[in-house]
Parts: sequence; C-alpha cells; structure tokens
Amino acid sequence: MIPDSRTLIAAAIAAVLAGPAMAQDDSIKMGALATLEGAFTVLGEDSMRGVKLALEEFKYTAGGKKIELITGSSDASPDSAIRATRKLVEQDGVQVLVGPLSGSEGLAVKDYAKTKPNVTFLNGSSAAQDTTLREPAENFFRFGTEGAQWMAGLGEYVYNEKGYRSIAVLAEDYSFPYTQVFGFLEPFCRLGGKAPADARFWVPIGNKDYSSVIAALPDDVDAIYVALGGADAVNFLTQYEQAGGDLPLVGGSITVDQTVLGSKGRTRDFVIGTPSAGPISDTWDDARWQKFVEAYKAQFPDGFPSPSLFAHAYYINTKAALLALNEVGGDLSDGGKKYRAVLSGLSFETPTGMVKLDERRNAVADIFLTEVSEGPDGNLLNKTIKVIPSVSQTLGVSYDEFLKYGPVSRENPKCG
Amino acid sequence: MRRFIERHTFWAIMILIVAGIFLWMIFAVWPDWLISAIGRKKTFVNTFLNGLTLAGLYFLVASGFTLVFGLMRNVNLAHGSMYLLGAYIGYEAAEASGNWFVGLGAAFIAIAFAGILLQVLVFRRMEGDDLRQTLVTIGVSIVAADLMLAIWSGTTYQFAPPEWLFGAAELPIISTIRSSGKEVFLKYPIYRLAVLAVAIAVGIALWLFLNRTRIGMMIRAGVNDRDMLAATGVNVQVVFAMVFAIGAGLAGFAGVIGGTALSIAPGEDIRYLLASLVVVIVGGMGSVPGAAIGALLIGLAEQFGLAYFPTYGVVLTFLIMVVVLAVRPQGIMGSS
Repeated sequence: MIPDSRTLIAAAIAAVLAGPAMAQDDSIKMGALATLEGAFTVLGEDSMRGVKLALEEFKYTAGGKKIELITGSSDASPDSAIRATRKLVEQDGVQVLVGPLSGSEGLAVKDYAKTKPNVTFLNGSSAAQDTTLREPAENFFRFGTEGAQWMAGLGEYVYNEKGYRSIAVLAEDYSFPYTQVFGFLEPFCRLGGKAPADARFWVPIGNKDYSSVIAALPDDVDAIYVALGGADAVNFLTQYEQAGGDLPLVGGSITVDQTVLGSKGRTRDFVIGTPSAGPISDTWDDARWQKFVEAYKAQFPDGFPSPSLFAHAYYINTKAALLALNEVGGDLSDGGKKYRAVLSGLSFETPTGMVKLDERRNAVADIFLTEVSEGPDGNLLNKTIKVIPSVSQTLGVSYDEFLKYGPVSRENPKCG
Repeated sequence: MRRFIERHTFWAIMILIVAGIFLWMIFAVWPDWLISAIGRKKTFVNTFLNGLTLAGLYFLVASGFTLVFGLMRNVNLAHGSMYLLGAYIGYEAAEASGNWFVGLGAAFIAIAFAGILLQVLVFRRMEGDDLRQTLVTIGVSIVAADLMLAIWSGTTYQFAPPEWLFGAAELPIISTIRSSGKEVFLKYPIYRLAVLAVAIAVGIALWLFLNRTRIGMMIRAGVNDRDMLAATGVNVQVVFAMVFAIGAGLAGFAGVIGGTALSIAPGEDIRYLLASLVVVIVGGMGSVPGAAIGALLIGLAEQFGLAYFPTYGVVLTFLIMVVVLAVRPQGIMGSS
C-alpha cells in the first residue's frame, strides 16, 4: 500500500503533535509509573492510591500551579519500565516523575535518568540497593527506604528471640530479593546463623507452581525465609499449606504485606506469627500513621483494610515532590536545578516518622519489626513489635566500610 | 503397537528400560549413592507427580485450543482470556452459591456460550480469512484483559475447594526409612491428584465423543475436509459453533480447576495462552492425543527444571520446542 499525500500530511502533523509538548505556565506535568500489568498488578494499583492520596492532600496544586497527573504502566521488567518512562518523559513531557515500583526497574530508570538531567525522578517503591548505593544518578531521589534497610533488626530477632540457627531461602530471582536476602542474612550470619547456598531457591517472577520447589526444600532447617511478592506469594503460601508444610516462615517485607494478606479466598491462618520487617506496620498506634490509614480508607473504600507499603512509598515520594515544588514556588524553568537542591535538603514528617536523605539521595528512616496477627474483624495485619530508629542505607557502618560487603547477589553473604 | 515393536525393536527395548528404571525410582527405597547423586527421593517423586498434575491442567486448556484449530484452522489467541474469564465467573458463582461445583458448572456453561457468541458474531463474518481471524482474536484478548482488570481489579483470587479436596494424602510410596526402621510415606496434596483424575476423565470423554458419536464423526470429517462435509448436507456452521462451545467451555472449566490449584490474577490469560501454544506446537496442531503428549512433556520439563535448576528451568520448555520444530516441524502427533 502506498500512502497518498493526504496520509503523509496527517502523519507529519501527528508526529509534530506527539513531540514533547511544552507545559503551560500555570500547570506542572507529573508522571506516575507503577506495575499495572503482570504478577505485581495489585501492588501497582495500591501504589497509584498512594500517589492520589498525596495529590488530594495538596488539592492537586503545588507552588501555586496545578499538577497534572499522567500515569504509566510497566510489568516489573526493566525494559517495560524504560518504555513507559520514555513515553512519559519524551512524549508527554513530564518534568517530575514518581516511580517505578520494582527493584530491577529502578536500576534501569536510574540509568535512564542520567540521560535526562533536566527531569527530576523520585523513586516509587523500587528497593534494589544499587539504585542509589553505587553510581547514583544526580537527579534520582529515593524518599522511601530500600530492601536491605527494610530488613533491619529481623536477622537479630529471629536468631536471638526465635532461636533459629539454620534457614532455607526462597526468593524471586532479581535485584530486590537479593537486596532483601542480603539485609536479612548479613546480621543473621554474623551472629552465627547458617543459610547454605544449596538451600537457597531463586525462582522467576510470575512463577505459579511452587509445588516442586516446596518438595525440594530441606527438612533439616529451622525456618524458611520467603521473599516473594504479590500473586507469587499468595500462590506459594497456599501451596505450602496444601502440601502439609510445617516449617515456620520468616517473611520478606512484601511477602506478608497487605497486598498478600488482603487477597481474596481462603484465609491463610497459618502465617499468623510470621515475623517480618519493613517500612510500615499496619497496627502502629502512632497518631501520624492512624491519620494516614483513616485518609486512605476514606478515599479508597475498595482498597485494602490498611494501606500497603507500596501506597506508603509512593505517597511519601509524591509528597516530597509536592513539598519541594511549594518551596520553589513551582519554578522549574532552570531545568529543575533549584528544585533538586531543595529536594536534597528536604526533611519532613511522614506517616512513619521523620525522613531525610543521605548524600546519595537515599532515605534515612525508621523501620518496623512486625509479626502477622489477626485483626479485630478477622483481617490479617502486621503487628508492631519494635521500631528501629533512623536506619541508613549503609546499616550503621561507614560508606567505604559498607562497600566492602560487596554488591548484593544470590551468594552474598556466603554464610555456608 | 505390535507393528511399532517389530519395526523399531531397538527403540521399543530402550523405552521399556527407561520406563522400568522410572518405576523402580518411584517405588524402591533409594540407596545412598543415588541420593548423593541426585538428591532425596521425596524431591524426585514429588516433582514427577507435580509434572503429571500440571500436565493435566495444561491438557485441559490446550485440548480446547487444539480442537478449535483442528476444525477451523483458526488460531484462537483469545483462548487465554476464556480461561481467565471462566475463572472469574466461576469464582463469583462459587462465592454466591457457596458451592465450588456450581462455580465449575457456571464457568463451563458461561464460557461455552461466550465461545458461541465469538464464533457467530466475529469469526463467521471473516470465514476463510485465517490471518484476519487470528489478528481479531489478539484484539479481543487485549480488550477482554482490560475489561476484566476493570471489573475484578488486580487482586489475586483463590477458590476454596470443598473440604475433602483440601490437604494432603499419604501415598503408598515409601519416601525414606528412618534410622528407627519406621517407614516414612510420601505426602501429596489431594487436590492436585484430583486435577490429574479430572484431566484423564476429560481426555477419555473427548476421545469417546470424537470417536464413538455421530457428532464426533462429523467433527473428524470436518477436520479432514470441511468442504466435502458441507457438500454431504451437514450444516457446517452448527458443527463449528458446537466445537467452539466445547473448546471455549473447556478453557473456562480449566480456569476454575487451575484457579483452585494455583490462583487467578491478571496475566494468567497470557500465561495459559503461551502454555497451550507451546503444548500444541510440540504435540501437533489439531490433535487431541498430541495435546496430551505435549502437555505431559511440557509439564514434566517445567517441574523438573524448577526443582533441579530453578534459575534456568524455563529454558528447558523452549528447548523441547526447538528440538521438536527442528526434527518434526508438524509436531509429535501432527500430520504434515
């Protein structure tokens, strides 16, 4: 088929229109990117609730300008995240972007951010270590903490309080679970715990059938550390129960989170008592958290019984973006230089306490040690056991000292 | 069978030996050298059973797919959506009535009806235009996926099967013998055994239907030459609609079965579409026994891969596909 001149003209006009549209003076385009497809869909949906919660709080205005929200979707794979990010930045022309959701997506978006120095990127909930630890991007900010920080205190807790000495590991095979396993095992192994490499199982994201992995789990360990998310975690928990599994579990931050505990179907009573740690705790009785939960419930009656850590992370990052916009009076005309300087120094009150950034623009915040328990109306909730104050990305040691631990991977720490 | 043994004596002996070793591995108590070589018996036998039951599930989905293709030369890429829609409808029906079997029946009937609608409203309008039909099914599947996401959101759903299907059963297979001399028997989830039984029952029923009934005869005739079938006075459109109803209904039925064994969430449609595509490519397009063989190969490969080398397990599935395409492009049971 040969296009006639009319289609050619139409195509040319379309191409011009689709180019980076200049934002009008009285509005700022803000992008939000989360996984609205694939195994992590439900996580992405709650993330968007977090973004809207923050925007609603600011009545969709910041620095005297209207905020125009444009959403993008990925499926937890780095290439889909880059595709969606490019669309938001290069076609829609967003100046501030909040996202992505998943660990390896974050690594990819950070690298992309380096090629767009005039756009400001705020992380969603992606929590891989190297997004900010090694070769960070000047214009990428993470106001939510990351996977290894989220595990603060859990390794010590299961070693000292639960008395576990050897642990099998089951996790998805990408950067975020590596970070979580590292954060959990590092203190656990330093105390003398064991997690040999042949008792670590790495499965692809979106795996449905865990029965063979369950069969391969060793019998001679004290517990299983599970770092799976979304539908993957639901599948594993049900199949583990069906197979008559009786080892106690230790949960990664998103494994016994509301995105899993709030799923439809048989209630998973056997996870009651599972210890975990993360950036939020459902039952924390602090007034700031309670207010956040009330606002979430009021705005999203069809949401979870309590906001998940994804809603929380996206809320915090969106709120940081809006607070800084207020401070610069909505002025991004210098390519956002002033705006990013404000963001770097920003410290503010979140539903889970004060948050501030370190020199690599990663958050320092409080972490919660939790345990799954049954709520008043039969919902499963994460009960607060302990709050660990001001956890930094380097987990208390100096930056140079921390780099010696090596990058997170399937075998780090060895712990044989 | 006898012809096969006479013509390929060497291969027949090999197959017998392999089968013998397999049976021994399942029922015997493993000596220490075998355990140190490939791990515990529990892992092996469980993985084998998992492979079988997963194959059952794949067969349920893929048999409808291959049936439709065999008759209509129509690659229905919306088959995965039928699976997922069936699962959701089944879930709603089971929740409303409190009976899992009602959900199972509702899924079959509703999706069979949806299949008829698809055939009558869409495919009949572009008959004989295979490429266009295929492209339209892709469109249908994309629209359906977003509609389902809008209605049922991204939350993971799980069925509550009847109490007697839940939990684990002890199999008469010895896993190990403890130092005290006590035998430890293998435990296996009852529900997954039920999946296997249902798949075998459906397979036999399909075989009987296709080979022993008048309608089955018409369908087989249609597979061979649909113009000739039409010329003999059979209303081909009715046969088409019926096959489509059965094929789609089986996908909906499998949605409830699979949603109970695993779970239902957005993205499952693509997963099962891909699984059925691989299964029918390996087994041979249009052949129901081929679907069974393909499902068995893919199910076992997936599970053994997951248990013994989880990181690279996925490769095994596609390796099988590559080998089949290289050696026998029409599939194991396919006719060229």
